[in-house]
Amino acid sequence: MAYSNKVIDHYENPRNVGSLDKDDDDVGTGIVGAPACGDVMKLQIRVEGGVITDAKFKTYGCGSAIASSSLVTEWVKGMSVDEAMKIQNSQIAEELSLPPVKIHCSVLAEDAIKAAIRDYQEKQQKPATEGAAE
Amino acid sequence: MSVKTPIYLDFAATCPVDPRVLEAMLPAFTVDYGNAASRTHVFGWRAEEAVERGRAEVAKTIGADPKEITFTSGATESNNLAIKGAAEFLADRGKHIITAVTEHKAVLDTCKYLERRGCDVTYLPVDTQGLVTPAQIAEAIRPDTILVSVMFANNETGVIQPIAEIGALCHERGVLFHTDAVQAFGKVPIDVQAMNIDMMSVSAHKIYGPKGVGALYVRRRRPRVRIAPQIHGGGHERGNRSGTLNVPGIVGFGEAARIAREEMAEESARILALREHLRARLSAEIPHAIVNGTLERHLPGTLNVSFAYVEGESLLMGLKDIAVSSGSACTSASLEPSYVLRAMGLDDELAHSSLRITIGRPTTRDEIDYLADRVKEQVERLREMSPLWEMVQDGIDLSTIEWTPH
Ligand SMILES: Cc1ncc(COP(=O)(O)O)c(C=O)c1O
Repeated sequence: MAYSNKVIDHYENPRNVGSLDKDDDDVGTGIVGAPACGDVMKLQIRVEGGVITDAKFKTYGCGSAIASSSLVTEWVKGMSVDEAMKIQNSQIAEELSLPPVKIHCSVLAEDAIKAAIRDYQEKQQKPATEGAAE
Repeated sequence: MSVKTPIYLDFAATCPVDPRVLEAMLPAFTVDYGNAASRTHVFGWRAEEAVERGRAEVAKTIGADPKEITFTSGATESNNLAIKGAAEFLADRGKHIITAVTEHKAVLDTCKYLERRGCDVTYLPVDTQGLVTPAQIAEAIRPDTILVSVMFANNETGVIQPIAEIGALCHERGVLFHTDAVQAFGKVPIDVQAMNIDMMSVSAHKIYGPKGVGALYVRRRRPRVRIAPQIHGGGHERGNRSGTLNVPGIVGFGEAARIAREEMAEESARILALREHLRARLSAEIPHAIVNGTLERHLPGTLNVSFAYVEGESLLMGLKDIAVSSGSACTSASLEPSYVLRAMGLDDELAHSSLRITIGRPTTRDEIDYLADRVKEQVERLREMSPLWEMVQDGIDLSTIEWTPH
């Protein structure tokens, strides 16, 4: 199967590979997929004042899965949490020209950003951390 | 170190035609182009002579009589002919067939077809090394068993089954024994007499011959094996397989078999040394590189290895100037990794992380070193990108995590 130039570019020069401190209150972490299925994505965001100021990913999966997660980290930086929540897998698939057999990679990337946002939001609803509560 | 890219290391998939084979074939296209079935003129006689020379070479390579060789369009057809042909011919005697779960699709799908036609098929499991034991077969044989079909060497792992032991058992029990020997033919010694093989499928394009030609060995004595033809017509190939013979293909097949037989000892040793060099480098330089399938009974040129925490298809993408294959197929149609590796009890994760490298006649040591360098570089790069690798570095046991399969 031939890969699109954009997939190849993200695969060869992935943006924002790495990790943020998952215990930081400003950081949301989403881990989706399963090793048995051949892909696992970890996507993390840092949110400051309702805006995503940083995003990092690590992906175990095919080139299209790596490209989908790399692309999403690029997109969400600078977005509000609400905007990021609206990202659709079809936009990812279109941008990367994914063939039908690789659409699930874009679905996984959408799931990953949503999971990261949810994790961040849950942290915000919890009472403040131990240091502050006496 | 200089190598010319792209580098081909997928000789289990197919091979280039050896220049000596091509040269032998050329006259059959333009000069000796007769129909081997034309009995009335010199063109036909010459074509027939050429076919018989090819038949003799193929037969000699496996210790058979030339009359026991039926030419086909390839091993897919040979497997179909052997299994369907035996099942049909022996329908009155029984309907039970024994095979193994790691067989090539040409065997498995043929068996599935026969199941829909009322046959009963036992698919034997393999052990962690990919092996079937004669004891498993002995236990599976029933009074109505008509055929055992177990491949000689596996195309994904290179593991060689205990063929002589299985053959002896089948003869003792009066059950026909077929083996798909596509990967072993011309690479390791095969003797259909000593190994008690009744039918055997082989293919030219895996031994530097042309694509689209193969053969089925069908034993003629002790016992005389009879099969029902699956392609009907002019009665070519003693009625086993009708159709005008592919004379250039058969000439090429014969020449390829001759070369493989005459050069086998030397070439196997050279290829095995290259594979062991590769295996030693990968094992020493890449942590968590796991060889799949026993190396004790193994084709010289095949290496199947999993690089834990790196997905196979992404690794192939990183090895873009090298042609190898992976046991991982990341498509929505099949999120399933290699059924062969899974049957050996490999974790899905490790099965998704596997690479099959097959070394061939043109392979050089420089190419092997180039491959080892690239694999090491890409595995390291992809592990830096792998959340699984990160978790394992942090001391997390991946089996304790609740994943979200999709
Ligand atoms: C074990 C095995 N059996 C059968 C085949 C099919 O052979 P052919 O390509 O000649 O139809 C192959 C090759 O793909 C093979 O590796």
